[in-house]
Parts: sequence; structure tokens; C-alpha cells
Amino acid sequence: MGAVDSGRLRPSHTFPAHVLAEIHRAADEGVYEIRGFGTKRPLPGFDDLVFLGASMSRYPLEGYRERCDTGVTLGTRFASKPVHLKIPITIAGMSFGALGANAKEAIGRACTAMGTSSTTGDGGMTEEERQSSETLVYQVLPSRYGMNPDDLRRSDAIEIVVGQGAKPGGGGVLLGQKITERVARMRDLPEGIDQRSACRHPDWTGPDDLAIKIQELREITGWEKPIYVKIGASRPTYDAALAVKAGADVIVLDGMQGGTAATQDVFIENVGIPTLPALRQAVEALQALDVHREVQLIVSGGIRSGADVAKALALGADAVSIGSAAMVALGCNKAVHVEDYQAIGTEPGYCHHCHTGRCPVGVTTQDPELEARLRPEQGARWLRNYLTAMVLELQTIARANGKSHVLNLEPEDLAALTVEAAAMAGIPLAGTDWIPGRG
Amino acid sequence: MNTVDLAATGVRELNRRLRHASDDPSALSWLVTNPKGAHAIAAGLTRPVRIQIDGHVGYYCAGMNQAAAVTIDGHCGTGVAENIMSGLVRVRGNASQSAGASGHGGLLVIEGNAGPRCGISMKGVDIVVGGKAGHMSGFMAQSGNLVVCGDAGHDLGDSVYEAVIYVGGSPASLGADCVEKDMTPKHRSRLRGLLSRAGIEIDPERFRRFGSARKLYHFHVDHADAY
Repeated sequence: MGAVDSGRLRPSHTFPAHVLAEIHRAADEGVYEIRGFGTKRPLPGFDDLVFLGASMSRYPLEGYRERCDTGVTLGTRFASKPVHLKIPITIAGMSFGALGANAKEAIGRACTAMGTSSTTGDGGMTEEERQSSETLVYQVLPSRYGMNPDDLRRSDAIEIVVGQGAKPGGGGVLLGQKITERVARMRDLPEGIDQRSACRHPDWTGPDDLAIKIQELREITGWEKPIYVKIGASRPTYDAALAVKAGADVIVLDGMQGGTAATQDVFIENVGIPTLPALRQAVEALQALDVHREVQLIVSGGIRSGADVAKALALGADAVSIGSAAMVALGCNKAVHVEDYQAIGTEPGYCHHCHTGRCPVGVTTQDPELEARLRPEQGARWLRNYLTAMVLELQTIARANGKSHVLNLEPEDLAALTVEAAAMAGIPLAGTDWIPGRG
Repeated sequence: MNTVDLAATGVRELNRRLRHASDDPSALSWLVTNPKGAHAIAAGLTRPVRIQIDGHVGYYCAGMNQAAAVTIDGHCGTGVAENIMSGLVRVRGNASQSAGASGHGGLLVIEGNAGPRCGISMKGVDIVVGGKAGHMSGFMAQSGNLVVCGDAGHDLGDSVYEAVIYVGGSPASLGADCVEKDMTPKHRSRLRGLLSRAGIEIDPERFRRFGSARKLYHFHVDHADAY
């Protein structure tokens, strides 16, 4: 046997190693791949935009000396008790069940310390997250797992989930290994089953029904709570307008880069549009209805840094929401307990195995031994530090563009680095005044 | 008896009064007139008040009810008693789609017919329909009892979990993973109790029982055609 000449080994572009492996897996198992995390394919995103900074025509603000405010108020349209946040970065809905109780508590503590909100998820509100979260958004999801009017009333805002960026048009999945006795009890399900959440609400379809549903929720909560409507990025031009028509106080727009605890890989990678174009379309829809800033817009899906936050705000968002990045701050994909990553067939940096319930760092697990690896106090510190760093980055950019409030960032502060990003974000290609599709 | 005329008083004011009803016995009994299809009437009640609604109501009447006893002397729109937690909601007429959706407890009685998706995602509520129920009733029903005294539409109990469905007539078809099960003496006794609580007189002997085959509880390639 002669040695193989590695120079002769030419991989197929159409069938790279991960595609070959997936076909082999599908042939073995006969069912689609279910996994967590978010899309892994390259997509146009915030990295494709840059800020112009100050120049002769724009004066920067002095860092550390001149104020750059970060507070936002959400729910000013109809609710009698809007939500006031100190920073424009919120934590997205992630269920108890997908996450362990320690992770939920850590998130709540960090949000309280930072003056921002956290969000429940599919499965209802846990006592830990209510106690640890000063401002808690309660999700109303198609499954209605754990849906309880008492929890509605003790929430600070209500988020009706129509869709999710990782899977617009799809319902949640929680595999049997994560349906422990407590999770099963909260969801009224048999322990250990593969739980499939509904993709549509059980008692309304379409914007006309949604308007009546919102009226009912306001009646039940005395017209106090801001009502958010969360949409996955698919047709934001229409969806944002219809959410306004239905009476939403706040729209939450989740782009394709948004994460999930468990969904079909084919869904994550092939359905929905990236955050960048979705954000522009939603803002344009709000502007067309003359409700931009009156109906606040929260954007999520691929937000990782203060720079990403600044770009989202400059494009017209009022706040952002992070899910995956918050999990990473809690230790997701950290190079510790490497043998436990390998035991579930992955390595730190590649893990998307939230669906297995065997999270090596104790974030997305119900296993007591694994969950103990994330102490709520430590997790809260990590997430608080990360949020603090993001806010400092955001302020740095805002000051450099001469803004005394981060919401004063605007599209003309930006330039696009690629033709695709220019077209999607509606921002001129750097060095030109050209926006593809606009002459 | 307190009377509220919705032609003169809006739903918002009615619900505010109902939520803040005192413990005085005279404040626990209410008559609502001229509902004229208004939505969210008596939604979100938390107290053991008795409410009689004279006429037809719109969507989500008695939604998320806790403790109250609500009687609708007419027909009702989508989602009557949706997510009911406890108490009793009685519809003297017919109910539109998604009656009792995701209900966690209490009793919903529909003396007439129920539209599609009656008892969808129910989580412990008991629902008794005196007449027929529409298609996809009991869809993803998790727990509780759905009693249909007449016929049931297509795809009854599709993807049902542990809810129990009793049908006095015939289902047009069964949904994915829903199968007929033995009507044991224990189930006959439970059905008799449900009918008694609902105040509906019908012979329990004519009913059949349906529930989950539990074949969709775990992903399996051989069940792919049901996903």
C-alpha cells in the first residue's frame, strides 16, 4: 500500500465533510437533526457595517466626562405602567426547561443589578426568576404551558410570541431527557416525553384576532402592562405593521441568527431572513405608520457586542435582546469540562447540544450534578460584567459619533462594507452614496 | 343582584367592577344585559361571583376564569373560557372555535354545539358539550376530560397526550395518535360524574372513550408519517 498524496485529496464544495456526515446520520436514523444554538452559516450581519465617527462636521463627546445616557422606556403607547430600563439591552425569553433554574436565577440577578429586564419562556414563570428579576417579561406562547393569570398580573410586561427568528413558523421542541419531573409538572406533560410545542396559538389566528386577544390580556391585567408582540423575521414589513394595527405597545423582532434550545437544523439554517434586513424593514414599516418610537422596537438575533447594539439602535431599534450571547457569558462553549463535551460528541466552541440536556457548563440542563456547575451568584457576576462591557462599548461608539444618548444614533452614522449589507440595511456602501436598489 | 347594561356601560368598566366586587353577599350576583357580541366580557375574574349574561357574547368571554360561575344565555364567539383555571362557565347556546382552549381546571359546559378545536391544548379542564363538536377537537389535549354528547368532527384528539375524550355519537375521524380505548367501569363512573356536574341528562352507556396511543411521545422513524 502506497502513501496517500494529500495534495490529491480534493474535498467537494457541494459535499463538504459536515454535509457528508449529516447524510450518513440521516441514513442511520431516518429523522431530521434536532439541535440547539443558532444558525452556523455565514450571513450578512452587523460586522458588515461600520460607524463613521466624528469629523469636521460632527463633534465627539468626551469619554468619561460628558454624559451619554442609555435609559429607555418601553410600552408608552397604551400601558399605564410602562417599563423603564437603565440600559437598552434586555434578555430574551428562554424557558425553564431549556435552561436550568440556576441559569434563570443568574439571569434574573444580573438583569436586576443592571436595571434591565429578563423574560420567561415556554413553560411558564418560575418562582426563582420572579424573585430574582426586578423587571420580568412574561411570555404568552402557543403552547400555553404554565399559562396562569396570576403570573400575568405579577409580570411587568407581557410578550405574545408569534414567532422566533430561529424558526419562524415552527413550534418548540424539548426532548425527553429534559422533561424532568418539575418541567413535566409545570407543563402538564408526561415525564420524559419528546415535547412538541404548537406553532400557532390555540385561540387566535391573524391580526384581527390578535387585536381582540390583546384586549383580553389588557382586561385581565387592568390595562397596566405593556404588551409586546414578538415576531420571527420573515415578512417584517407586513408583520410589524399588523402588530401595530393589533395594538402592540412594543414589537420584538427576532432575526434568523437568533438561538433556540432545540429545533430542526433544516429550520434553523433555511427559514427566515437575517436580522439586518429585517430590522430595516420593520423600522420602515413603523415610520410609514408614523409610530416609530411610539411603538418601541426591540431587535434580537446575533447581538454579541456593544458595537452590534449601537448598529441596531442606529438603524432604528429602541433596544436589543440577547439570548445566545447571555448563555455564552454564563459559560456556554467555554473550554472547561472538556471531557463532557467530548462525551456528547462535540468540543468547546462547537457545542450546540442544548437539546441533549447534558450541558457541560450547567446552563441548559436539568441534571442536578451538571447544573451545580453554574452557581447563580457566579453566573450573575459574569453576565453583569458582560452587560457592563457591552454598555461601555455602546457608549464609546455613541460618544465618538457625538451622541449624548444612545438612541440618538442614526443611519447616517453608518457605512456598509459589502454590497449585500448596503442593500439589506439600506446604508450606503462605504466611500459611495450608493444603496443598491435605490438608484 | 347587580345589573350592568353594556349598552350604557363598557366592558372595561364592567370587568373593573367584577374584579373589585366586595365580599358583601349582595355584590356576588350580577346580571349583564345587552352584551351584543362584545369581547372579553367577564375575563380574568378571580372571585366567586355569579354572573348571568343575557345575550350573545364575542371572543374570550370568561377568559382565564378563576372561581367565578358565569352563565351565558346565548351563543359565544371564539375562545370562551380560554385558559380557565377554576370555577364554572356555562353556555346555554352554541360556542365558536377554541372553546376552553388550554384550560387548566374548572368546568366548561356548552349545552349546544361547539365549533372546531374545542378543548385544544387543554391542561386539566373538564369540558362537556351537549351537542356536537367540530373538527380537531381535543387537539394536543394534555389532561382533563372532554365529553361530546353528539358527534365529533374530523381528526378528533389529534396528537392528544393524557386527556380523556368521551363521545356519545361518532367521530368523523380520529387524528394522529388518537385511538379508541376500552370503556371501563372506572371511566363510566367518571363520565357519569361529569355529566351530573354539567347537568346534562344522557345515558352514559352510549359513550365511547378515546385517548392517546402514545406512539408520538418519542421521535421514531417508523412514525414519520404522523409528524
